[in-house]
Amino acid sequence: MSTENATTQPLLVVEGISKRFRGLKAVDNVSFTVPRGGIVSLIGPNGAGKTTTFNLIAGVYAPDTGRVVLDGIDITGLRPDRACHAGIGRTFQIVKPFAALTVEENVLVGALRRHPNVEAARRESRAILERLGLAEKAAQPAQGLTLPERKRLETARALATGPKILLLDEVMAGLRPVEIDRMVTTFRDLCRETGITILLTEHVMRAVMALSDRIVVLHHGQKICEGPPEQVARDPGVLESYLGHAAAADASTGGTH
Amino acid sequence: MTTLPAPAKAAAGLPLRSRIGLGLFVAAMLAAPFFVGDYVLSVLIIVLFSAYLGQAWNIMMGFAGQLSIGHALYVGLGAYASAALFVHFGLPPWIGMLVGVALATLVGSAIGALGFRFGVQGVYFALLTIAFAEFTRVLFDHFDWVGGSGGLFLPVTNRGGNDLVNLRGSPVMFYYLLLAMTLGVLALCRALLRRRIGYYWLAIREDQDAAQAAGIDVFRCKVLAVALSAGLTAVAGVLQAFYNNNLYPETTFATGRSVEIMLAPIIGGLGTLFGPVLGAFALTALGEGLTTLVGRLAESGYGLHLDGLKPFLYGLTLVLIIAMQPTGLWPWLCRLGASLSGRNRRRRAVAGTERRA
Repeated sequence: MSTENATTQPLLVVEGISKRFRGLKAVDNVSFTVPRGGIVSLIGPNGAGKTTTFNLIAGVYAPDTGRVVLDGIDITGLRPDRACHAGIGRTFQIVKPFAALTVEENVLVGALRRHPNVEAARRESRAILERLGLAEKAAQPAQGLTLPERKRLETARALATGPKILLLDEVMAGLRPVEIDRMVTTFRDLCRETGITILLTEHVMRAVMALSDRIVVLHHGQKICEGPPEQVARDPGVLESYLGHAAAADASTGGTH
Repeated sequence: MTTLPAPAKAAAGLPLRSRIGLGLFVAAMLAAPFFVGDYVLSVLIIVLFSAYLGQAWNIMMGFAGQLSIGHALYVGLGAYASAALFVHFGLPPWIGMLVGVALATLVGSAIGALGFRFGVQGVYFALLTIAFAEFTRVLFDHFDWVGGSGGLFLPVTNRGGNDLVNLRGSPVMFYYLLLAMTLGVLALCRALLRRRIGYYWLAIREDQDAAQAAGIDVFRCKVLAVALSAGLTAVAGVLQAFYNNNLYPETTFATGRSVEIMLAPIIGGLGTLFGPVLGAFALTALGEGLTTLVGRLAESGYGLHLDGLKPFLYGLTLVLIIAMQPTGLWPWLCRLGASLSGRNRRRRAVAGTERRA
């Protein structure tokens, strides 16, 4: 909402974070920033460390080294609920709806963070459900939702906590192209209308290219490339990590089949 | 879209049908002592104990999703604290209740904090609750000030008059006290479920990681559930001590007693408001019915003396109920009621169109 009067410093600063799991370096000295109001994508092959990076930012694990700074406040290693209070709203790659609760109650739980009054939180939840196209499902139990609806619910709940930045962990995975396009539109509108900042991990390149201002590429836990979508798409290192040696060589020499 | 203005929905509260149902239930329970004999009254008292304790346990398991198989511990703490203070110092049980509730809340919080801080979850947390109850049983066996394993006895005096201050009186007095407590805990639970803490408990029950990511201090909420559940449970302990007039560590802190407490909410419907009440009625009726049946069989001409027949039939019935209605009797009744009224509505609608036609 207030991109003009906000400072020009990035909203999220990730500085040299690393995480080791029994000798395996899941995330290795990764740094990047997310500008206020921007959409940054974290991409990379399976096992590149995208979800671990998310978990390090959201406080599921404390990083072994490095710092995470949100809006000028050091949130490194803050517990997930404290990270949420600091302004991190996250979704889970494997959706985690409160299955027995209704769709509205799921979002209400998030909204209660800012509105101790249940009725106020309920009004807020309705508005968010409306925005994410789930208003008609409000009274249904969450366990009855389809996968695309669950992904939207996951986003709605995170959004309801009133975050400064939304961390979306593969919210498009498993969706059909039409649904992906709808999600892309939803997020574009969300950013334009609320000025919220988004960091997302995604395998669906169609969505990544359509949404991102900047892309950060991880491979084996390390950042191998960062830049605007057009640049990243042409980067030989990125092509290699995704497609393997031969294909990358092919692509870089301009050979098309 | 069906967006009722939010405040209107809150004000509407219970639907009319539920309100009538609840009114009839309360009226019947209030009138019961005037119409039933001593035996039925004593059974109803067992029902109310079970309903109250079940609902108190339900806060922890049904709402916050934390399994305790050691709730006899909190009953015992309430019972022993109030009885010992009464016997030794002549303090009225209400003061003993304060002490007992404080003690149980403290112990519950400590067990919860210990378990949750170290990430003890699910069945392992349940084992921890059993361990503490067992440990307390052994402790009380050797705690001579409260009678040790020989038991603690309250002087039975003045059974004629009802002395509310010292909780000395007739079963009718205990019946009404327990009824008030049961309705009170129901109202409390309903209120809690409509507040932030209630929604937070349900969220934790459904998915702890997602709850934490939504900003919920999971540890604090879970400890709060244990503390409240333990404190409420201790209140029933006081009544139990003064109703039975005797206390033995062997039975008071028995794991079997803890399991009994869990049965009513599980059979009635975990996490529901009226489930524990219904479960208490169903289970107590089942138990009493089977006792009568087995007794008749033994007295009959065939002289059927089958040891363990009652617990066998009791267990079999429980298994059948859970196998057929895993979510419990109350949700099943609700679904039944909903589908019946739905059918009636459809029938009326059909009749209406026929008339118009």
